[in-house]
Order: sequence, then structure tokens, then C-alpha cells
Amino acid sequence: MFYAFAAFTVLCAAGVAFSGNIVYSAFALLGMLFGVAALYVFLAADFVAGAQFLIYIGGVLVLILFAVMLTHRIADVAVSNRSVGRFPAFALVAATAVIMARAIFKTRWPVVDTLPDTPTTHAIGNGFLGPYVLPFELASFVLLAVLVGAIVVSRKELRS
Amino acid sequence: MPGVPLQHFLVVGLALFALGLYTVLTRRNAIGILMGIELLLNAANVNYVAFARYSGTPTDGQIFAIFVIMLAAAEAAVGLAIVLGIYQNFESIDVDATHALRH
Repeated sequence: MFYAFAAFTVLCAAGVAFSGNIVYSAFALLGMLFGVAALYVFLAADFVAGAQFLIYIGGVLVLILFAVMLTHRIADVAVSNRSVGRFPAFALVAATAVIMARAIFKTRWPVVDTLPDTPTTHAIGNGFLGPYVLPFELASFVLLAVLVGAIVVSRKELRS
Repeated sequence: MPGVPLQHFLVVGLALFALGLYTVLTRRNAIGILMGIELLLNAANVNYVAFARYSGTPTDGQIFAIFVIMLAAAEAAVGLAIVLGIYQNFESIDVDATHALRH
């Protein structure tokens, strides 16, 4: 079951990476986000999975689809990058992947026997209002700045 | 999830990271690059939650994952606003076309 979801996630990610049409890439991104939410469920992270659904799929993906639809002639942009060709990019990514795979399989991870799956919302709420209260408040400030900044950047300038 | 070792989650994260890096490196479409960044952030998040799950204290890693999700939403909002601004100015979202700060 886990491997089915993992394979689905990676396949959708490959669709994002290799699809020639940006609209197909956006919908592959949708599948990838669903798959990652499913992986969070397998990891007993119910609140993170819910946040993934609400914020990523409900917010970020809709935003990306809006941008895709708003910029017409979007499919005209050639896929490949001129400054970094496909082969150097592939070589770099392959080298990175090999190094990281070696690190994954050579390290002896100190795995603790996992706890029973309990709801995580209580502990996360206590964490946000306890030890993580300063980042939490900073996050709200960052979101306010982002709201104002996005409006300022994206509105049409009044040219006199 | 008993039965699935930690390494398999890390491999999923690695695959997502590699594909995201490839997307960022090869796309000329600015929105495509933003999608690649989303892939990278999701890869990091999978690793956070997996490590948290297998470390015995799952709360801290999940809180970090939530912060990453929040910042990804902020980054997408600002990034797409910039992309739309570029599109209005240059009539294109090819990142090679944006060679000047103003038009």
C-alpha cells in the first residue's frame, strides 16, 4: 500500500519535471501533492496531512493554476533551458542523487521503535503556544507582509 | 507505519528532491521553476516528518513541516505575483527574456 502511494507520488513528480506542457505539469503537481499527503498519513501525521490538503492543494495549487491560465501563450515557452542544458542538469542531478542515496543507505539511522499512532493535534497545539510561540508569531507577521507585498507587486502601476 | 523502514521514506524524499532540482535547472518558464521549488520543499517536508516519526518524538518535526508549508504558501504568493508583474512588463514569462529590471 505504501509503495503504491510512493510510486504514484514519484510518477507525478516525474510528470512535473518532464512534461512539455506547463498545464500538464500543474496537474501532475496536483497528483504529487495528494501523494505526499498520503505519505504523511502513513507517517501518522494527521494534522500535517490536513494542512497539506488545505494549504497546498487548496491554496498554492489554485494559485499556480490561476497564474498558468492568466499568462496566455504560456505553452510557447520552450521547455529546455539555454544556459543550463539538459545533459549538464541531468549529470548534476544524478551526481547529487547518487551521493544522497549513499548517505541514506550507509548511515545507521538511530531508529526508535515507533509509538502507537495517536492524534497529533494536541501536541502540535501545545508546541505552537509553548516552545514555538515566537516563530508562530513571526509566521503571522510574515504572512501579513506577504499579503501586502503580493498586492503591491502584482497591481498595475498607475502611469501618469 | 510498522514494516516500512525509514530508508524507504528517505528514498521517496530523495526522488522528489532530484526531480525538483531537475525541474528548476531545466525550465525556462518561470512558473515551471516555481513548481520545481514546490517539489523541493515537499521533499524536505517528507524527510522532516519521516525523521520525526522514527525518532520517538514526532511533534517537533511536524511543527517544522507546518512552518515549511506555511512559508511555501507565502513564497508561492509572492513568486506568482512577481511572475505576473514580469508578464505584464515583458509579455513573456521566459526567464531569459527578463534581462532588465525595468522595461
